[in-house]
Amino acid sequence: MAKLPVQFRLNGSDRAGFVDPAGNLLDLLRRGLGDFAPKYGCGQGTCGVCTVLIDGEPQLSCLTLAISCEGRQIETASGMADGPNLHPLQQAFMDNFAAQCGFCTPGMLTAARALLAKNPNPTRDEVVEAISGNICRCTGYEPIIAAILAAAAGGAGMRRA
Amino acid sequence: MADARRKLDIAAEAGPVGGALAHDSAAKHVAGEAVYIDDIAAPDGLLHAYLGLSTVAHGRLLSLDLAAVRAAPGVVGVLTAADVPGVNDISSTHRQDEPLFATDRILFHGQPLFAVVAGTREQARHAATLAKAEYAEEAPLIDIAAARAAGGALVTDPLKLERGDIAAALAASPRRLKGSMAIGGQEHFYLESQVALAVPGEDEDMQVFVSTQHPSEVQHMVGAVLGAGSHAVTVEVRRMGGGFGGKETQANLFACVAALAARKLKRPVKLRPDRDDDMAITGKRHDFVCDYEVGFDEDGSIHAVDALYAARCGWNADLSGPVTDRALFHMDNCYFYPAVRARSEPLFTNTCSNTAFRGFGGPQGMVGAERFIEEVAFATGLDPLEVRKRNLYGGNSSTEGLGRDLTPYYQQVEDNIAGHVISELERRCDYQARRAAIREANAKSPVIKRGIALTPVKFGISFTATWFNQAGALVHVYKDGTVALNHGGTEMGQGLYIKVAQVVAQAFGLGLDAVKITATTTGKVPNTSATAASSGSDLNGMAALDACETIKRRLTEFAAKHWQERPEDIAFLPGRVRVGAREIAFRELIQAAYMARIQLSATGFYTTPKIHWDRKAGRGHPFYYFAYGAAAAEVAIDTLTGEYKVERVDILHDCGQSLNPAIDRGQIEGGFVQGMGWLTTEELVWDRKGRLWTRAPSTYKIPVASDRPRIFNVHLLENAPNREPTIHRSKAVGEPPLMLAISVLHALSDAVASVGDYRVCPRLDAPATPERVLDAVERVRAEAAS
Ligand code: FES
Ligand code: FES
Repeated sequence: MAKLPVQFRLNGSDRAGFVDPAGNLLDLLRRGLGDFAPKYGCGQGTCGVCTVLIDGEPQLSCLTLAISCEGRQIETASGMADGPNLHPLQQAFMDNFAAQCGFCTPGMLTAARALLAKNPNPTRDEVVEAISGNICRCTGYEPIIAAILAAAAGGAGMRRA
Repeated sequence: MADARRKLDIAAEAGPVGGALAHDSAAKHVAGEAVYIDDIAAPDGLLHAYLGLSTVAHGRLLSLDLAAVRAAPGVVGVLTAADVPGVNDISSTHRQDEPLFATDRILFHGQPLFAVVAGTREQARHAATLAKAEYAEEAPLIDIAAARAAGGALVTDPLKLERGDIAAALAASPRRLKGSMAIGGQEHFYLESQVALAVPGEDEDMQVFVSTQHPSEVQHMVGAVLGAGSHAVTVEVRRMGGGFGGKETQANLFACVAALAARKLKRPVKLRPDRDDDMAITGKRHDFVCDYEVGFDEDGSIHAVDALYAARCGWNADLSGPVTDRALFHMDNCYFYPAVRARSEPLFTNTCSNTAFRGFGGPQGMVGAERFIEEVAFATGLDPLEVRKRNLYGGNSSTEGLGRDLTPYYQQVEDNIAGHVISELERRCDYQARRAAIREANAKSPVIKRGIALTPVKFGISFTATWFNQAGALVHVYKDGTVALNHGGTEMGQGLYIKVAQVVAQAFGLGLDAVKITATTTGKVPNTSATAASSGSDLNGMAALDACETIKRRLTEFAAKHWQERPEDIAFLPGRVRVGAREIAFRELIQAAYMARIQLSATGFYTTPKIHWDRKAGRGHPFYYFAYGAAAAEVAIDTLTGEYKVERVDILHDCGQSLNPAIDRGQIEGGFVQGMGWLTTEELVWDRKGRLWTRAPSTYKIPVASDRPRIFNVHLLENAPNREPTIHRSKAVGEPPLMLAISVLHALSDAVASVGDYRVCPRLDAPATPERVLDAVERVRAEAAS
């Protein structure tokens, strides 16, 4: 199968790769571009660990054709920190023990980031709603919800869109 | 002066033990930089393997034509049983009942037949679908009823626990009843699926990076399959993206196939199954049917229990022996049965081979115990909580010469705090007043009915296979005073690494930043046990401490000689070492010791004391101690649809003197929600052909954020050091909290019972899906009306 070229911005840098027409964005990010923050959990759009932002919207990269990302802005958890300074959501996840095995964490952070960008002061129910497509098998969700609310209270939504 | 100094309470000085310290990988987790097996930088020449699976559940493999597989684009090799240089078997029991690749008998749908290796994962996956297999299909045995109907073949020896004369005690009981309960299985759904990466070395060497809870077993299996000694195989795992028991034995297959391919092709090989294949191939929590007869009296006192626990074990023994044993060890939960008989029936079925899952049969045993209680409560009209309290271990009244503290396996319950935990939680969550209010509200609410239940947990800590209760550790102190720590335990998110690091840092009086936690590898600590049975910190914490103490002994001896002080006057304090009247930095001591040629590295070892178990006799002291807890759940059900919400949960859980209360709290909350999923929405479905239908979260409903209890109050039991001298008097916490979720099942039952005016026992089976709840509502209504 002929590979097709694709170019987009990944966490603020121009990146390019060659992909199968049917190849998904998750594979391109992980194997093609070496960004291992998004994870493979199910490959079927049912677990949320592969969540990335495409033009600011949370999307499941395992279901997104890589080729469809031409010219888009893609953001993953590995681009959240500002140099050595963690994003407030990342700090809040640490402070609230929101990661146990950590496998769901990049996807959760991304879903939370999208929420706070649109809604800097979400209610608890809105937080729950925003992460309801993301499975965490370890924490029981309470610390994740607490972390997102704490980051919102600290102005995470304002600081970085 | 020296004596006065010794009176300083060193333990009271602040140290890392007992602190709510973040998970050691927290910063890497949030940065997306924590490396899981599939994130390891691909070695040059990496190939990808994929498994070819049987498409029937039972029969003979007549032929396997792999020509099209071999000819597929990118394929560089195909492996079948004929390519195995060692033994074509990965049975952890050594019963030779688990071929790596099937050769003749097909025993479940999804059984590996071959592996194909190609340049890319997609190529391997695609090629695997091109095999042409011919089968002589036979009817599969899918569930417990079918297995029994076909003669009830067992995968392993059953267990019987018996105390007292059960027939006589049942006959003499003022009242008796019989029943049966179905208890469902559970898919682990570790977020990181199974995965292994094998890298061949020189000679017969093989390095395997694999997501496993049991590196030593993988090492042994890979050696056996390759026909090499264990010394040629090194197995390493830094962290797993969840395990929950699903990577205790189930990783062996993937590691062995990757290693076999790497050996044959002399290239690094990775194997990661798609999630749906992972779910089809790997074993799950055992589902059970518990048939019981209970003798009791009008006061709600149990006189006798006779229970048979049958389990769907799948196509081989795997861990089904110890899992079904542990079910029997927990068929008493916190309750004393004056006469008791418990039997297990580990049945062969043509389904995936069920395996370890957090609680390891204990939860199923305990769900049975709580059903017995519920039956007695409905039969006598008492509040189930009252019946629970009435039957707790403890007290001195004797029956047949036995105290009320003897378990069905003749271990005395010496550390019983169940009564205290229950009454404390009852008070804190205002159980009685809320129960009364709920009943009043239910009377006025025609559709939405609420329910409440408070259930306790007593969970036995130790591997029941006594020899597994050993652990090793390796501690190096480097010349600059930094410490490298290695032990046999694996990190799956539970916080084992940070807990053991806290122990080591405290032992030397160092900060955590001075202790480097290193990946678990068979090359550093050999012959380790699985990280399982909640034993991780108990065993590895002690082994690491032992290594630290050895080094400290050498340092103390040296310092006493070097500075002319008495050994008693050397003390490792936070941030410094006291040597007589002077205080020096740890680093200074280490440098001096190095110059004096003192060995600064040590191994540590630990074996759990007190435990023994005679399985044939059904007698012994299999558990070092028990971990306790209690939970009160409140639910609301819609009696028209069966749908429900968990409104509030209160938990009081015993972690002894917690090594890290934040980590422990995480285990409690996470374990509870996972247990709640098991007992409510997670339902596995196989069709009549033996195909698993529930192969993704779209059909298999794992709790999501909106399913968690709306109000969730979690507390660690205060001032409750372990009575046994465990590591800093802490208690194991990995599994016990899962069983706190039994409160949800009983709260649902209480809500259902309201439609029959609390006169009919709902006998709600697990998982209590909305369909089951609705069904129970209709049944109870009909029975109450008749
Ligand atoms: S991997 Fe994309 S949703 Fe699960
Ligand atoms: S922390 Fe393990 S899945 Fe969320």
